[in-house]
Amino acid sequence: MAVANAISDEGIVDVRDRTDIRRQAKLVSIFGLVLLALIAFYSRIDDFHIVYTLGERVIKDDPAKEINAQPIMIVGIVVAALALLLAAVNRVPKGALGALGYLLVGVAFFSGFIIWCYADQSGAFSVAIINPFPGTIRLATPLIFGAIAGCLCERAGVINIAIEGQFLMGAFFAAVASSMAYSAEMGLVGGILAGVAIAVLLGVFALRYQVNQVVLGVVLIALATGLTDFLLSQVPDDPDIKKYLNEPLILERVPISGLVNIPVIGPALFNQTILVYIMYASVVFVTLLLFQTTWGLRARSVGEHPKAADTVGIKVNRIRWQAVLLGGAFAGLGGAYFTVGSTGTFDSNASAGNGFIALAAVIMGRWNPVGATLASLLFGFCFTLQAQLAFLDKIPGELLRASPYLITVIAVAGSVGRVRPPAADGEPYQS
Amino acid sequence: MPVKLEIKGLTKKFGSFTANDHIDLTIEPGEIHCLLGENGAGKSTLMNMLYGLLDPTEGEILVDGEPVTFHSPSDAIAVGIGMVHQHFMLVPVFTVAENVMLGREQTSAPGVLSRTKASEFVHQLSERYGLQVDPSALVESLPVGAQQRVEILKALSNEAKVLILDEPTAVLTPQEIDELMDIMRSLKELGTSIIFITHKLREVRAVGDRISVIRRGKVVGTAPPTATEAELAEMMVGREVKLKVDKAPPKTGEVVLSVEGCTVVDPRGHQVVKDVSFEARAGEVLGIAGVQGNGQTELIKALLGLVRPDAGVIRLDGEDISRHGPRESLDDGIGYIPEDRSHDGYIGAFSVRENLILDLYRTDRFSRGPALRLDDIAANADHRIVEFDIRTESASTPVSSLSGGNQQKVVVAREFSRPLKVLVASQPTRGVDVGSIEFIHKRIISERDKGTAVIIVSTELDEIFALSDRIAVMYDGRIVDTVSPDIRREDIGLLMAGATPDKPEEVTV
Repeated sequence: MAVANAISDEGIVDVRDRTDIRRQAKLVSIFGLVLLALIAFYSRIDDFHIVYTLGERVIKDDPAKEINAQPIMIVGIVVAALALLLAAVNRVPKGALGALGYLLVGVAFFSGFIIWCYADQSGAFSVAIINPFPGTIRLATPLIFGAIAGCLCERAGVINIAIEGQFLMGAFFAAVASSMAYSAEMGLVGGILAGVAIAVLLGVFALRYQVNQVVLGVVLIALATGLTDFLLSQVPDDPDIKKYLNEPLILERVPISGLVNIPVIGPALFNQTILVYIMYASVVFVTLLLFQTTWGLRARSVGEHPKAADTVGIKVNRIRWQAVLLGGAFAGLGGAYFTVGSTGTFDSNASAGNGFIALAAVIMGRWNPVGATLASLLFGFCFTLQAQLAFLDKIPGELLRASPYLITVIAVAGSVGRVRPPAADGEPYQS
Repeated sequence: MPVKLEIKGLTKKFGSFTANDHIDLTIEPGEIHCLLGENGAGKSTLMNMLYGLLDPTEGEILVDGEPVTFHSPSDAIAVGIGMVHQHFMLVPVFTVAENVMLGREQTSAPGVLSRTKASEFVHQLSERYGLQVDPSALVESLPVGAQQRVEILKALSNEAKVLILDEPTAVLTPQEIDELMDIMRSLKELGTSIIFITHKLREVRAVGDRISVIRRGKVVGTAPPTATEAELAEMMVGREVKLKVDKAPPKTGEVVLSVEGCTVVDPRGHQVVKDVSFEARAGEVLGIAGVQGNGQTELIKALLGLVRPDAGVIRLDGEDISRHGPRESLDDGIGYIPEDRSHDGYIGAFSVRENLILDLYRTDRFSRGPALRLDDIAANADHRIVEFDIRTESASTPVSSLSGGNQQKVVVAREFSRPLKVLVASQPTRGVDVGSIEFIHKRIISERDKGTAVIIVSTELDEIFALSDRIAVMYDGRIVDTVSPDIRREDIGLLMAGATPDKPEEVTV
């Protein structure tokens, strides 16, 4: 009757634990679904010929090229089948090799999906697949600014839900500043100041009065929404006055000669506005700041164990104030994207929920600026894809518009439990 | 240069409550000065004032005869006071070197961290004081004893002349305690004065040069290390204390609870309980000894149905209960005194009356359909308050406003008000005053004598020795040996530290 378990040399009881079983079940079902979907796509395509271009649009000098996608599709199916086989015998490797495997399956699914979308087009012209990367970088820019603002605040232990509010204020005042000064660059300054203004409110209530930071963030978003709508309604229709308030100049694209000629990624990375280049520098700056400087070490200690920081003479709330204000500047720049960085005129709710997606990127990127940037790029890619697929009628438009948000929810839910936020995130500290 | 530290008339009031009442103390250069007192006597308040974490209401602190005021810990650090806190002030996700340099960072250019310099610095420091640690190890990956060495190094890195050690032995194995005492002696040789705070009599006598006893916020006397344990205990509590629990030899009966091959995997995939088997018989106390974090918590959770074991069988009176949840476990007759009472033992905002029926509110005794029988609940509370000597203003006082000892008595009273087959008590007297310890121990022994199988889990060897009829020692998720309570302290210490017993397979009795 004894339930003797064999004990291996490492002192581990030979028990198949539930985590392992769950992992296998999860992988088998995911890979199985991918395989089924790919087979379904394959069987529904009659003509595998699709057209594509490496540019952002089809122009006369660079006509769309045609390709037979059948071999790609078959490779994808083989990859998915192999992955399913490995999962079925519970031999999916862990670590880097495993991650590469997941990436391959992901790429296989994505290409199958795209091919299905673009194949069998009826009508006089075939819509071509265009280079999605320039759009990805553009749409990810505000997300990245918002996400590094979030990383800064949360690493120092202050939850900043109000990124959306900072975006709205940044967008509005960037438009105003640009219109008044007749300079798009001044718009960026206006955006920074507006973002910092919301950060001041966040700091006063979260740090001085120790209000619950989640509730506070929601309130600040409501405030920013109401305030920008009100101010927008006060802008007169008289064009002579309006041009000084809400007819901003837009940032010009500044191609970087040489680098811009690299195929596919050249136009994506190096034919952008100054705001995008500031974004690149900001990611590097914040990463170095957090992990290679005295200030960063102190800020992270304040976010993990404020009492420990206090007992070695670090002023906890001073560091938190600095992090919140600096974060406000970045979030304000992100807001400026929605006016001077893209469309120009400020419209009601210009940031359209991007602040919340930036927040999701912070979590998915594990509170690391580089990770958050990668997550933002993924979301940017989804937005770009959504915009392109809208030209085709394979998927209902409503579902398509909801898809980036759906992917956000799945991505965040998937990272819950596996990522650890800063230990003192959102906890007020009083010495 | 050794430093002389004087405290004159230091008083701290929190509202109407006086935590420290005109305390006078002198710490001579290069002495180990022990501060002995019960939990809640005011030792930590005093030290927090010395370290600039609290502002004194009255009185002064003198360093080498000069009065000083501390507005923050940096002021205290500046005059050479270092503190090793009971709850380590270390950032778990930082490396040893990062923790040591925090606040006084090593830099390669202004504002830019130099991790190589920091590692070099920690390395030199640990050589100088003979405290071995790996500068690049993550603190959370280190055993508790090593984390404490990091705390000491951190204090020494600030050129501390006076080192305050706040309850440093609470989390250590007996061997680690010996090591710590050696470290204290060698620091003293190097001229560092040490204030050693504890409530353990054995330790002050082993290492102290002088002993000051604090009771209810006042220094009630000083004693040389030659004083007997009984004398010190009396000074500490204010009356004569029985250090031993009176108990008759056990009348051991049938096996009530049997555990076979119990294995628990935590959510992160680590096996925290590994193939544990034991039996508990009616009328005996089985002590489970071990340093905190060696699987005791998870084993207990499995017994109570709070987690489901990943392998193995738990039987109560022969019936398999491994798949029972907590409510079924209650109905099975398992009583539970949790290790963290404020977290798992009571609901702080609820009254004493309500907390006393948390397990029985849905029985016919206390409810009629969806309605509670308030009169019966009140009568029950009045009865229990007298029986268990719970000192509370009234039965409707929220439990959170009682003292630690009385909170624990509420938990004990509730668990003992059902007929029990098995009582599982985890750290039953942690943070409880000496008077209540005596009482709770007595009640546990009388429960045993009624024929209940009692399982005591404790990290305090004194408690294990006082209560147990048999002792199982846990290390790294396994029961490494089951021994009789007349084993020597050193031997059980070795088992707790993982020294392999000769016959590792014969752990069941």
